Amino acid sequence: MWTIAKREIGSYFKSPIAYVLIGLFILLISIFFWPRLQASRGDFITILGDMGFFLIFIVPILTMRALAEDRKNGTEVLLMTSPTSLYKIVVGKFIGAYTVFLVITGISFIYPLIIVIMGGVFTIQLTGGYIGFLLLGAAFIAIGILASAVTENQIISAIISFVALLVMWVADTLATTVGGIVGVILEWISLISRYQVFTKGILGLAEVVYLLSFTIVILFLTVRIIERRRWVQG
Amino acid sequence: MIEIINLTKKYGQIVAVNNISFTVKKGEIVGFLGPNGAGKSTTMNIITGYLPSTAGTVKVDGYDILTQPKEVKKRIGYLPEAPPLYRDMTVTEYLRFVSSLKGVARGKQQGQMADIMELVGLTDHRKRLIDNLSKGYRQRVGLAQALVGNPEVLILDEPTVGLDPKQIIEIRRVIKALAEERTIILSSHILPEVSAICERVVIINNGVIAAEDTTSRLSDDINQFLKLTMIIMGNQEKIVKTIKTIDGVKYIEAAAKTEDNAYKYIIESDKDVREQVFYKLAKAGCPILESKPSTMTLEDIFINVVTQGTEDK
Ligand SMILES: Nc1ncnc2c1ncn2[C@@H]1O[C@H](COP(=O)(O)OP(=O)(O)OP(=O)(O)O)[C@@H](O)[C@H]1O
Ligand SMILES: [Mg+2]
Repeated sequence: MWTIAKREIGSYFKSPIAYVLIGLFILLISIFFWPRLQASRGDFITILGDMGFFLIFIVPILTMRALAEDRKNGTEVLLMTSPTSLYKIVVGKFIGAYTVFLVITGISFIYPLIIVIMGGVFTIQLTGGYIGFLLLGAAFIAIGILASAVTENQIISAIISFVALLVMWVADTLATTVGGIVGVILEWISLISRYQVFTKGILGLAEVVYLLSFTIVILFLTVRIIERRRWVQG
Repeated sequence: MIEIINLTKKYGQIVAVNNISFTVKKGEIVGFLGPNGAGKSTTMNIITGYLPSTAGTVKVDGYDILTQPKEVKKRIGYLPEAPPLYRDMTVTEYLRFVSSLKGVARGKQQGQMADIMELVGLTDHRKRLIDNLSKGYRQRVGLAQALVGNPEVLILDEPTVGLDPKQIIEIRRVIKALAEERTIILSSHILPEVSAICERVVIINNGVIAAEDTTSRLSDDINQFLKLTMIIMGNQEKIVKTIKTIDGVKYIEAAAKTEDNAYKYIIESDKDVREQVFYKLAKAGCPILESKPSTMTLEDIFINVVTQGTEDK
């Protein structure tokens, strides 16, 4: 598991992907952050809400190659015929992508720090907000890993996870307009409504449990999908 | 060591492997031979646990691949048709990754890797990025990968494909050296390769086993037949008739015309008829211009077996 995670991390930082994503993320935050700082409304917590939205663009690029690439270049055979279990392979891939995500998140810390330097405080709400952000990232990356397991084409994998994340992002709004059983389902997959609880500065236990189980269920599903594909097609 | 029992694999409607069975004893080196699309890679993918079978079982060292995949996978080193390489790693990085993946103890990794690289001739290339290696050297990295963890069983899918003749000889030598303490299945569609390294051959065609025997016995069967290629001057009908009267001749075929009034003939017999042919033709006034004996090779057997299989259908 750690073997695979380590290789993934190495691979991310050997390719331009990690750097491009970090650059993109900083750029996006800056665009949103500076106007507010100028207006001296240095409440980073709202930015954290925006950062959740940026993840919809960042995560698909981060995870698109995770399992798809192995299928494409034949290294899947090596992984699958090694004594390492499929669970460990999938979790290893997840940890690899999540580590890059942690690096990106760490870099975003610069901004709250700027606020602190300029005389603000690192509020308890912000701490809660960051915990929420880390959990949201986990759930999103799990979706991305799942998308990378259904195809060997990285672009298609990225599109699938982008669409899935977008649907989850607007699920809340959709749910109220659609209503009925579909509405209930949409409500149920709405990650953002959970995340918003955190960005309001509340550390909701229910939400923590929800996002964590969501991540685990999706990774479990990923394993099942790979197993099924082997049986059906080969 | 390896038991394949009534193995069948279907891809949708296509039957890639149809109810094949064979066993490989401990320490044996078996050639798995067949033309393109015969089902070699499919069978190997099932033995190694990459693909599940549609029906039938595979057992390695008594462990069933379906119920105890981990035990089986621990014992097998697999070189798939396309070497499973991460091109963004150097040779050493890659082999260290494979070592960890296969659970080789950290303390043993370095020494084992050094031995393997020495064996397959990669020591000088160990710091190179796999992406920058030539195809032949990538194939060596693929072979090295299969050797990591010192598995008892090696499954090698066309290990010498894409190598230049010098490298082929070198890799064959490596495989032969490995065979001393391991059980090996090696696939190929090149016959000389199999006859050069393997003790036994299993020939597969269209997903079924067409023949199975030791390499020497397969050639013996055929060597009982003698094949002569001759160029003889004179009337074609008369020559064919004359030769047919000779005791032992099983088959004669008049082939291309080579020069004025001379034709090429192929004669197959089950004993040495050269002397008789000479006297009979001399008496008939048809001079032999050229005579060339040719032994049938494994190549001929292979073609025979494979074409027979297709004609039977
Ligand atoms: N993933 C797949 N889906 C559908 N059919 C497949 C698949 N893989 C292989 N086949 C079919 O199964 C048959 C056997 O293929 P296999 O790759 O095992 O042959 P092979 O003996 O290894 O041939 P080669 O010498 O070309 O490597 C072929 O007819 C092939 O078209
Ligand atoms: Mg093949």
